[in-house]
Amino acid sequence: MTGTPTAAAPTGRHIPDRLVAPAARALKSWESLLLAVAVAIFIANSFASPYFLDPWNLSDASFNFTEKALIAFAMAMLIIAGDIDLSVASIIALASTAMGAAMVAGASTPLLVATGIGTGLLAGAFNGLLVARFALPSIVVTIGTMSLFRGLSFIVLGDKAYTGYPPAFSWFGQGYVWWVFSFELALFAAMAVLFAILLHRTNFGRAVYAIGNNATAARFSGLRVGRVRFILFLLTGLMSGIAAICLTARLGSTRPSIATGWELEVVTMVVLGGVSILGGSGSIPGVVIAALVMGLVTFGLGLLNVPGIVMSIIIGLLLISVIALPRLWARLRRT
Amino acid sequence: MPPVLSLRGISKSFPGVRALNDVQLDLFAGKVTALVGENGAGKSTIVKILTGIYQPDAGTIAVDGRATGFATAQAAAAAGVTAIHQETVLFDELTVAENIFIGHAPRNRFGLIDRAAMVVGARRLLASIHAELDPQVRLRELGIASRHLVAIARALSIDARVVIMDEPTAALSHTEIQELYALVETLKAQGKAILFISHKFDEIFRIADRYTVFRDGQFIAAGGMHEVSETQLVQMMVGRAVDQIFPKRPARIGKPMLTVAGYSHPTEFEDIGFTLHQGEILGFYGLVGAGRSELMQALFGITRPSRGACKVGDTVRVIRSTAEAVAAGIVYVPEDRGRQGTVKGLPIFQNITLPSLSRTSRAGFLRLADEFRLARDYTRRLDLRAAALDQDVALLSGGNQQKVVIAKWLATKPRVIILDEPTKGIDIGSKAAVHDFMSELAAAGLAVIMVSSEIPEVLGMSDRVIVMREGRISAEFSGAAMTPENLVRAAVGIAPAGSADAA
Amino acid sequence: MTALLKSREVILALAIALLLVLIASRFPAFVTPGNLARVFTDTSPLIILALGQMAVILTKCIDLSVAANLALCGMVAALANGAGLPLPLILLAALALGAALGAINGLLVWKLEIPSIVVTLGTMTVFRGIIFVLTDGRWINAHQMSDGFKAFPRTVLLGLPVMGWIALVAVAGFAVLVNRTPLGRALFAVGGNPHAAVYTGISVGRTQFAAFVISGAMAGFTGYLWVARYAVAYVDIAGGFELDVVAACVIGGIAIAGGAGSVAGAVMGALFLGIVKNALPVIGVSPFWQMAISGAAILVAIAFNARNSRPQGRIILKSAEHRT
Repeated sequence: MTGTPTAAAPTGRHIPDRLVAPAARALKSWESLLLAVAVAIFIANSFASPYFLDPWNLSDASFNFTEKALIAFAMAMLIIAGDIDLSVASIIALASTAMGAAMVAGASTPLLVATGIGTGLLAGAFNGLLVARFALPSIVVTIGTMSLFRGLSFIVLGDKAYTGYPPAFSWFGQGYVWWVFSFELALFAAMAVLFAILLHRTNFGRAVYAIGNNATAARFSGLRVGRVRFILFLLTGLMSGIAAICLTARLGSTRPSIATGWELEVVTMVVLGGVSILGGSGSIPGVVIAALVMGLVTFGLGLLNVPGIVMSIIIGLLLISVIALPRLWARLRRT
Repeated sequence: MPPVLSLRGISKSFPGVRALNDVQLDLFAGKVTALVGENGAGKSTIVKILTGIYQPDAGTIAVDGRATGFATAQAAAAAGVTAIHQETVLFDELTVAENIFIGHAPRNRFGLIDRAAMVVGARRLLASIHAELDPQVRLRELGIASRHLVAIARALSIDARVVIMDEPTAALSHTEIQELYALVETLKAQGKAILFISHKFDEIFRIADRYTVFRDGQFIAAGGMHEVSETQLVQMMVGRAVDQIFPKRPARIGKPMLTVAGYSHPTEFEDIGFTLHQGEILGFYGLVGAGRSELMQALFGITRPSRGACKVGDTVRVIRSTAEAVAAGIVYVPEDRGRQGTVKGLPIFQNITLPSLSRTSRAGFLRLADEFRLARDYTRRLDLRAAALDQDVALLSGGNQQKVVIAKWLATKPRVIILDEPTKGIDIGSKAAVHDFMSELAAAGLAVIMVSSEIPEVLGMSDRVIVMREGRISAEFSGAAMTPENLVRAAVGIAPAGSADAA
Repeated sequence: MTALLKSREVILALAIALLLVLIASRFPAFVTPGNLARVFTDTSPLIILALGQMAVILTKCIDLSVAANLALCGMVAALANGAGLPLPLILLAALALGAALGAINGLLVWKLEIPSIVVTLGTMTVFRGIIFVLTDGRWINAHQMSDGFKAFPRTVLLGLPVMGWIALVAVAGFAVLVNRTPLGRALFAVGGNPHAAVYTGISVGRTQFAAFVISGAMAGFTGYLWVARYAVAYVDIAGGFELDVVAACVIGGIAIAGGAGSVAGAVMGALFLGIVKNALPVIGVSPFWQMAISGAAILVAIAFNARNSRPQGRIILKSAEHRT
């Protein structure tokens, strides 16, 4: 440091708070790019099919992303903190199985809901204990619990299914709150707001970013890293439990194969939303837009009678191109 | 004699920063050239250019008088340039022999690696530098001094002509440092050109033949070590005369603020007890590996002691986590700034408010205005240099990052502040500022612990010195007994009648 | 000696031996050479893919697309068979296509520096989707495959079917690759210390690319084996298999952080899962227990790995232990 006067204490150098206004920064962000993509897809869809702009059709279409998005909010926070939870779909299976068993035993709807939520929390606590308390790497722990949880479902149900959920329960997956807005859509919106506040406006959210960027320094700064990570796993477990309630209510049945492959779709939604898989950055609004994009693509293609598996190709390509194109652009500009 | 390696007119810029501006450097066979400069002077950039990691924007590199370029790390290695860094740049899971020969292992007829030849070759190289290591041992079983030896053996294996040593003694013990000096002599005798980067003047004057000074990315001067004095070097580095590195401060020792008794840990330290008073600076000296940082980290709640109690102020506390330590008023400025000090990726102001969020937030909700106010207050006090408070802390220089760490802790209004090697790797100008600041802290009534391995710093800044050796307190000195000889003897464990060179 | 006993591989071998002893105590027929050979052969696809995955995990990456790769190459092999291509050409084509698919993964990771979990998440769905596009969802059944095509993996030589021999060759080949070639050592270097690797002239990206090509080639070739052995090809074959492959590596002690692991470990991890899968019906446990048992085994293995490789706090006190 040259030129520092060694005489009296400096009167204070003025450093501005910000160089770039937040609004300007927001405009150049990933979320804006994604929003533009979403709008483009919306417009393309409305030209492609006459059925697209029908409110009831749009509402029906929302079911293909709302449950996954619920989990994606919690998963986004977990990934930002530097971990991952690949067992979420298996937690859905386990929670759904628990609810089915409770239903068969005659449980009332509130009790069913409590069972779903409780199972999700327990599963999340199990993951959290292994990762946060015993310091085992989350990717392999959750690959293990992914097999374990769904495996428990298979042990209980085998190739059978639970059916016959009470109508009051079915409302969670099939009911409407007002006009075209289903309970699931309303829940999605409410959770989006809650998680956005949690991640972007609270001390807890700040801790999540700090841990994701440098967990060691966060610990050395007095943060309770273990506790935060444990809570994050509780959250993914909880949201998986809630998603299980909605999905089971919507399908009206429970099979051990329920929600197979969903963990990867949730991760896709999170990464598409601009969350870095390496941790440390990302936002909830981004995940919301990504959920909408995935929903629009799936819905639009469905209207064109594109088979499900081809839709997955498109989502897969979308994921890779959305991440690859900016990097390709940067590379080409450098050379 | 013409230089082995010659750089002229080298410039390198990064977005917003001119790292090097038209610099020159000459390295001669069989001679050690010390590269001297403050943090940010451009030393690490020039090393990266020499090892082929960066390409210069302008200028020429000549090997034996012929112009060349090092387009890749491999090209630099092929030209005979190798570097030894502070941290090992080798592979834990591979054996010593594999580490020595990685990238150029001897092959047999089928193109496969010839294990036997590799081990024989490794033995030969290790013997030439008097290193008694088993070539078949995995690197992760070795300590840092042994790893340096493996790195040097590797340098010899690629027939390096230029060996760059970047702060090689930072993690070595006293004996190991002497061994390294002997090694440097061996390499010189073999005709290698050595570029030696260090902040320790005693070291530079001991082993360097020539010097080159950089300042703010520019070449200032070069010449023979015998032609220059320490003061002159410092002047060239800093651009001005620095009278006092260690400002004396008035000692107004208050009541005991931290009392530690019987602190023990199964493997790291045993039976530690001392008292620290308000307004006092207590220095902790010892060889690397004596257990000082480990003790401090136990006091701060990173690890837990197996026995012992501590009292902060008047209350006995059990500290089991960093959060509890901070709540008790004990804070720790770590030695490893990059990994433990700052959270790179977060802006400056968020780094500063991280432990103080309960104070700047309301009911768990962030209040950015309060955060900025806090950050502004402390960055002004510490004279931080940054473009804006919402900039990523990673963009700051080492000295400024240290300031952010200190600001972060001051904002928690601590009672005890522990500084672990606070001026390590920091240039002279910032060193003075840190020392100045420590005095201010003590004068303001804080209780300060300073862990340091530099004797002039320890003696100059401390009111009392505790020396640790092999996990135990070896001695405590104050007043007239605080001499270099006493410190070294206590640290090394030799009887008072010993000779030994003062470090 | 104690170091040997503490080695992951030895403990895993003991665990497998114990497992076999337990099963044999009730069902001695399980451990006859003939049956063991059958179990080994049945586990061959897992072994081969685990070897490829090991190479990828060593370099700090992960390849979730191996099952989709296997399925696509298997389908292409079946289609080629239907078009009358001779078997040697089909084998070559499966290998080459698998390698090419792996190269796509590798390029995205190397040149564009996209994290491998994201890349292979994407290619996993794309590869499988391509199967649908190629065949419009149709299956290729046993009667549509030539006899030579189906018989090759099952032909018995010296008591072991060809598929088992192929697995043995793969194991031997990998052992040589990992221990005796510069690429093999580079896999460890890149995963162990990527920064240092650059200084020693090893290209991290290129090594990871090579690992993906190898993993893809293994998957592609195994695609033919799978389709020929089970005599059926359709979109969903080997669904979820990629997780069994990663599980085999984890159980085998391959560190997910990269830079550590061994061929013996990967093989034994695969064998462990294979033995469990084959033993369950024999001892009368419903196959529905398999998934949960796998999951539990993975968790135990991870806990064990972590305990073994925990970095020791510095041993400073002389009384504690002598330092090196």
